[in-house]
Amino acid sequence: MADKHIDDISGVETTGHEWDGIRELNNPLPRWWLWTFYATIVWALAYTVVYPAWPMLTSATKGLWGYSSRAELSAELSAAKTAKGDMLQKIAATPVKDILADPQLTKFATAAGAAAFKVNCVQCHGSGAAGGAGYPNLNDDDWLWGGNIEQIHQTISHGIRFQDDPETRTSEMPAFGDILKPDEIKQVAAYVVSLTDKPHNAALVEPGKQLFADNCASCHGQDAKGNREFGAPNLADAIWLKVKGEEQIVAQIRQPKHGVMPGWNARLGDATVKQLAVYIHSLGGGE
Amino acid sequence: MNLYTAPSTKDRKKTEDEKRPAAPPPHEPLYEAQKKIFPKEIKGRFRRFKWLVMLITLGIYYLTPWIRWDRGPFAPDQAVLVDLANRRFYFFMIEIWPQEFFFVAGLLVMAGFGLFLVTSAVGRAWCGYACPQTVWVDLFLSVERFIEGDRNARMKLDAAPWSAQKLAKRTVKHAAWLFIAVATGGAWIFYFADAPSLAFDFVTGHAAFVAYSTVAILTATTYVLGGLMREQVCIYMCPWPRIQGAMLDDNSLVVTYNDWRGEPRGKSSKKAVAEERAVGDCVDCNACVAVCPMGIDIRDGQQFECITCSLCIDACDNVMDKLGRERGLIAYATLNEYQSNMALATDGGRSSINPNRVRKVDGSFVDQIRHFDWKILLRLRTLLYMGVWSAVGLALLVALLSRDRLEINVLHDRNPQFVLESDGSIRNGYTVRLLNMIPERRTVFLSLQGLPGAEMKIPEISTDYADRVFAIPLDPDQATPLKVFVTLPKAAVGDPREGFNFILEDRASGETDVYHANFNTPGASK
Repeated sequence: MADKHIDDISGVETTGHEWDGIRELNNPLPRWWLWTFYATIVWALAYTVVYPAWPMLTSATKGLWGYSSRAELSAELSAAKTAKGDMLQKIAATPVKDILADPQLTKFATAAGAAAFKVNCVQCHGSGAAGGAGYPNLNDDDWLWGGNIEQIHQTISHGIRFQDDPETRTSEMPAFGDILKPDEIKQVAAYVVSLTDKPHNAALVEPGKQLFADNCASCHGQDAKGNREFGAPNLADAIWLKVKGEEQIVAQIRQPKHGVMPGWNARLGDATVKQLAVYIHSLGGGE
Repeated sequence: MNLYTAPSTKDRKKTEDEKRPAAPPPHEPLYEAQKKIFPKEIKGRFRRFKWLVMLITLGIYYLTPWIRWDRGPFAPDQAVLVDLANRRFYFFMIEIWPQEFFFVAGLLVMAGFGLFLVTSAVGRAWCGYACPQTVWVDLFLSVERFIEGDRNARMKLDAAPWSAQKLAKRTVKHAAWLFIAVATGGAWIFYFADAPSLAFDFVTGHAAFVAYSTVAILTATTYVLGGLMREQVCIYMCPWPRIQGAMLDDNSLVVTYNDWRGEPRGKSSKKAVAEERAVGDCVDCNACVAVCPMGIDIRDGQQFECITCSLCIDACDNVMDKLGRERGLIAYATLNEYQSNMALATDGGRSSINPNRVRKVDGSFVDQIRHFDWKILLRLRTLLYMGVWSAVGLALLVALLSRDRLEINVLHDRNPQFVLESDGSIRNGYTVRLLNMIPERRTVFLSLQGLPGAEMKIPEISTDYADRVFAIPLDPDQATPLKVFVTLPKAAVGDPREGFNFILEDRASGETDVYHANFNTPGASK
């Protein structure tokens, strides 16, 4: 840098750097540019004083304004809660059946119910509420305990075979392994299979039908279409909750499995349970 | 840099400054202060044109939000409105929804090619006449001139020590500038809300905070950029002066000092005649420098600071008229013309400029002098730009005239993909959005096409499975989301995936829209 290089044409000093014969003129910067640069430095320093910035041994400086993103989040959350307060109160005060009569409440409850479902229900019923083996699909029109909004609300509130809630829905199918002989169980199973036009052993169906009428019809009905009073499933439809095929039917008759669902009223409160009921009802199977 | 008239390094005489040792004086500042520029008032045809352009552009900017346009009871009656809250853009008879934003993108493409076209044909006309920076600086300058007087008065005032009169003039000037700045920032917000009611709210203090902050920011930028920084914006901030170097060609019109007839400059032609020296038309009166808002000397040749506002042309033409010489010493010219005339004046570069080569004895120019030929505007390059520009414009126009005002969008439920009902039938769910893009209520019909045997249910319209057609009332200018269930009886279940159409029709207007959807099944039961 000892030699200063002056550009011939403009008479301006160059930076001394050369790229393939091209040199850069060292023209002075405009002064406003310099002041703008200083202003950004001042701004940056002021920012570190006002906002949390400098790292210390265990934490960081708090900043004069005491800002924290966590406090901002909780402020936003409580603001959102306040904003929803009116609708939640309305829902709490409205009987669940009347919510459906109010399009605005229905819209709100469906959206809120969908959110609550994602948190509390998907573990068993799946994120699309399509269930799985032993866990009912909530989209279809097959309801163990009834599919109108009040029945759904009752089921979610108090659960099924949920011991902590005296109002829970309870029923127990006896273990017919102790009551019927193994052959008889096979005959009943063959009859149940025959109800849905599936391939079956015709020789077993006739005695099976009699056995069904004697032992099963009291709960499942003479036509095997179930009874929602006892949560007895419809055996004559296309939907099978727990079993697939004749062998599994035999096993279920011999030693039945029973599902358990907790009651949610105590945990979530009635307003949320109502929203869940409205959401479930909207999935397509609601009656 | 002087591209036209810069002498080669070899020929150039060193100035007194450069003969000194190369080291700069020790007190030379590292940073350059803004040079003060006091443009002189000038009258002429380009000045008149600039007034006209200013009147039109500022008129459009300030007045457009106040134009009313009746769209009925369900849409705003402001002709031009960017309704961010409801995501609508209104432009007279055109209403644009967010998904039609490509119209705006297309207009930007047209603006880009328009700029290329104008620049390749007539140089930086955008910079000189229509750029907001130029227009507002022009406005601020005329205010300054009105309050502080013309060039000489302003220079005197600037150099004078502070006095009550100077303080008063400066205060009035900055107050007037601030008033213009507030009006400019204020006009901007009216494009985003109903202008009359926003104006009332704004004045009474009830407008939204963002309205006040927007006005404050735009007031600051207008005042600082238009009043204080002026030419600094063009020279240091704007990329366009740099880009123009790549946009201009030999046939682009640029403001040119025709030194082939101007040089050698001289004030005293009598003395020159006596000495039998040839004298150019330039009398070195400095009028072109005095009027320049960029503070440059156009006689140094084409330079990137020049915004081609052409005020120097007016200034020089006035002087030429007074001297009884032909106009056009400074004029719009292409590089081709200039070089051809220059070759004539310098005998193909063999001598220095001799005006006598381009003049006859009676003082008029020789016939070989090239003048601007309008046909040069229609060359391959400009025609190509014009072609692209019109093609995009035509495509946009066709798209605009043929666009749908009734649309259906369908989202197929993915979880679960299908639902088995107790009677063995299969149900699929769809979220259907019906877009009524006109500000009127109407009833439309949604029906199924294909998928024999299937039925449709829309819980929000009716709780039962109906036929395969639903009548649906649509709110004006709204998208209506509906949950639609389609059920296929067990006997009809075939392929795992079957296609069918949702058909949406407005039987009154004849508009239809079709969405091809799929129906998922587990496959035919065995």
